[in-house]
Amino acid sequence: MTPDIDAANAQAVDQMMSARPILKGLGTAAEVIPGMQANLILHAGPPIEWGRMSGPLKGAVIGALLFEGLAKDEKRAAEMAASGEVDFAPCHHYGAAGPMAGVISASMAVYTVENVTHGNRGYSTLNEGYGKVLRYGAFSPEVLDKLHWMNDQMGPVLAEALERSGGVDLRALLAEALHMGDEGHNRNKAGSLLYLKLLSPWIAEVAKDDALEAKILRFLGDNALSVLNPVMAACKAMADAAHGVEGSTVVTVMARNGTDFGIRVSGLGNDWFTAPAQIPDGLYFSGFTSQDANADIGDSTITETAGIGGFAMAAAPAIVSFVSGTPKDALNTTLEMYEITTTEHKHFTIPALDFRGTPTGIDIRKVVELGITPRINTGIAHKEPGIGQVGAGLVRPPKEIFEQALVAFAERYAL
Amino acid sequence: MTQVSFEIRRGAYYDSVVLMQLQRALVELDEVTDAGVVMATPANLELLQQNELLPADLVAAPEDLLIVVRAATEKDAAEALSRVDGLLARRRAAVEAEFRPHGLDAATKMLPEAQWVLISVPGRYAAQVARQGLGCGRHVFLYSDNVPLPEEVSLKQVAADKGLIVMGPDCGTAIVNGVGLGFANRVRRGRIGLVGASGTGLQAVTVRIHQLGGGISHALGTGGRDLKAEVGGRTTLQCLDLLNRDPQTKVIGLISKPPDATVTRRVLSAAYALGKPTVVHFIGYPAPARSLGNLTFANSLSEAASIAVRLERESSATTPPAKAGDGKRSGSAVTRSGRRFLRGLFSGGTLASEALRTLGILLDPLFANLTSDSAAKLPDPLVSRAHTILDLGEDEFTVGRLHPMIDNDLRIRRFRQEAADPEVAIILLDIVLGEGAHPDPAAEWVPVIEEMRRAHAVEVPILMVGTQEDPQNLDAQRKRFEAGGAHIFEDTAAAAEFILQRLGVGLLPEGQPVALEALTKPLAAINFGLESFYESLLSQGAQAVQTDWRPPAGGDDRLAAILQKMRTNT
Repeated sequence: MTPDIDAANAQAVDQMMSARPILKGLGTAAEVIPGMQANLILHAGPPIEWGRMSGPLKGAVIGALLFEGLAKDEKRAAEMAASGEVDFAPCHHYGAAGPMAGVISASMAVYTVENVTHGNRGYSTLNEGYGKVLRYGAFSPEVLDKLHWMNDQMGPVLAEALERSGGVDLRALLAEALHMGDEGHNRNKAGSLLYLKLLSPWIAEVAKDDALEAKILRFLGDNALSVLNPVMAACKAMADAAHGVEGSTVVTVMARNGTDFGIRVSGLGNDWFTAPAQIPDGLYFSGFTSQDANADIGDSTITETAGIGGFAMAAAPAIVSFVSGTPKDALNTTLEMYEITTTEHKHFTIPALDFRGTPTGIDIRKVVELGITPRINTGIAHKEPGIGQVGAGLVRPPKEIFEQALVAFAERYAL
Repeated sequence: MTQVSFEIRRGAYYDSVVLMQLQRALVELDEVTDAGVVMATPANLELLQQNELLPADLVAAPEDLLIVVRAATEKDAAEALSRVDGLLARRRAAVEAEFRPHGLDAATKMLPEAQWVLISVPGRYAAQVARQGLGCGRHVFLYSDNVPLPEEVSLKQVAADKGLIVMGPDCGTAIVNGVGLGFANRVRRGRIGLVGASGTGLQAVTVRIHQLGGGISHALGTGGRDLKAEVGGRTTLQCLDLLNRDPQTKVIGLISKPPDATVTRRVLSAAYALGKPTVVHFIGYPAPARSLGNLTFANSLSEAASIAVRLERESSATTPPAKAGDGKRSGSAVTRSGRRFLRGLFSGGTLASEALRTLGILLDPLFANLTSDSAAKLPDPLVSRAHTILDLGEDEFTVGRLHPMIDNDLRIRRFRQEAADPEVAIILLDIVLGEGAHPDPAAEWVPVIEEMRRAHAVEVPILMVGTQEDPQNLDAQRKRFEAGGAHIFEDTAAAAEFILQRLGVGLLPEGQPVALEALTKPLAAINFGLESFYESLLSQGAQAVQTDWRPPAGGDDRLAAILQKMRTNT
């Protein structure tokens, strides 16, 4: 029985759009992520073993083992990772999504986002801000100190604040941020301010002293990416709602581990389709060039998968200059993505396109037929662990992974 | 030894991207070895420090803009800093490229009013693009060649079912509502509508009409193979029907390379059924008559043009011709009764041959006991089939008898036999007067004609050859035959016209009729392929979208085959 692909895709994107992700709370990974283990390290992208991991991912893994107290120093951590004493798995296998290296270990604080329409959940860590950070593979004492502060000081306050607030409707927040110049991936300035605005009264109520309150508010307010991680968990919850529709060719995961780029497709179960990740094209910070760049990394491409990020470029003309573009190019980017997607989003709209919905639900058929790969906005990591972000720009997934998926679909459904 | 200089602009906010661009512009200056342009946040200052760009004595707040340059000398550094404002103000040349969609879905969203899809991509991909165009309800102008014939047949079948037109494949020329598609000349707009299977033929005729002071309503191309037997003239028939209904068109011209015989009959039957004067020129095809009903046959492209111009002037000088779809198609009372065939019983072989030629272009199936391109050979001369024309002067009938010009007996017996056939509507006779012929044909024929008309309601047209000076006297014979209910004609074309009228010859186009809007709405099109076609549309004031077309699946046949299967499954 051959599937009605169009009907299956319509169902998949309808589920993706009707998913309503609410940021419900915060707890340690071990507490909130089902199946999380003390010796398990989750990472961004498709599955990968230690030996093939890129610099920033290795650095983040080492940092996590130090943070957990599982290893006393870098050397021991690397030994543990190489010897199989710790297990590795993609965040995506656990309903989670992590920016850049995307490493999650058992005692890290993670947000829980619940899709209240279908009941599934998405998880992500707290965003660490800029500079030396674990997600870019840094693991120096200051990095770990900051993580501990986030976990031990800020985490409980946010957890309590979120509980008192009754939850943050992230779909509504994103819809509003798109009207304020964000695209939800590289630019989350407006969304982060909205997030701060929503939480600050509750933080003020909960924080046990003014100094901590001020420090938390400043930490969230100084970071234009504060909301990125909850947004990614929300996108994961929305994309997962579209997964597993028999006969659907809609992409439900796009993710990179710094070595490989992988996708999953709604009607193709849990198989990954992977190929080597590429070096993004973009602008570099002072003192860095593309020679310093690591191959594309991070689960943040879940935003494009859910119909925002690069797909909503037309909403965020301020950031097109990353690829030497003009506001017109931003419009053209979104127009191009309409050609490879299934529908226009019911909730995420773009003022500059007369409030047309964002392109939503990447269809592998269209990608292969037209030769247009998804457009992704991304940060660029240094290839050595611990140096951090060196730029930002544009990348497209390798087209082979969509071709592989198409061939697999033909086999799976005996076409 | 290098020099690091800096500048602080207090409270000057710039988007980080602008700053990164400024930084890149500074680094590109010859005298500058490195530069940093940042808002002076702690994280940014740390970055500068890592790159040894952090000035030692800096006092700056996060809302301050910090510009640092490293150069060989202090003078070079100062020079670079002095150029910051110029670099900030520098605006990239406005390269505002319009979005070019790759696929048809996006193109139709950009120009929903586009009724036409122009296709000039390589032939092996063209049919698929055409199919997509038809799939979303668009007419197709298919310039590409090397489209396999079965694909053409299939595309035109799909189009007919949906009330759409496929001009082509290998259609070089068309003018729709004043806008040339593909290769077309700038000619005056007017009331002559053309259909052509030949692109250059259409160009030659439109140009000649223009030179003669006439004008073109539309010139519709069909593609060179449309009149082949396999395709059956589908597009030609649709175009004729469209032009017939188009209020702008008063005269129709039909131009083609030599068509297949069967298709010729179909196309001419359709043309004959039109309510408008129609010029026909099939290159190399001998005209069956100068004119037949509304059809006028031309012998050259140039003559086709001049006849069209003349007919157009005549038609605008007199009352317009009968409305489209008038009585011809519905058929006469005779044909409605189930009597629908012609039988011709000739005494003269040459007259029989001429009747065959003239009627043969429209009557189908047509049999004869003569060898002719226009008719099939009757297997048994004693038993007529469908439409039949017999020369009773042939040896097979005259062995042991007098010639039928002298002896009417054989023809009269056959006349009775034919009239008694319940499928026969019309019996055509020739009556040849003069020296040596029967002295009084009316005396023998009129009683039989009267009897058979009463009994079987057959119509009897008669081709009469004679003069007033003949012993039988033409006028006297005519009067007596007419009194008996016969219709007398003195040339084949006139008799043929009577017959075709009575038989209600004419072909209704198959499939859904094409909406007239295809011709009457302002032309808007989506162009796949040759950019010059797109530019030409714009320069003619038409709306158009140029697509950035690429072979499906990058030309990978295996993937394209999977995509095709996925399409047919949904």
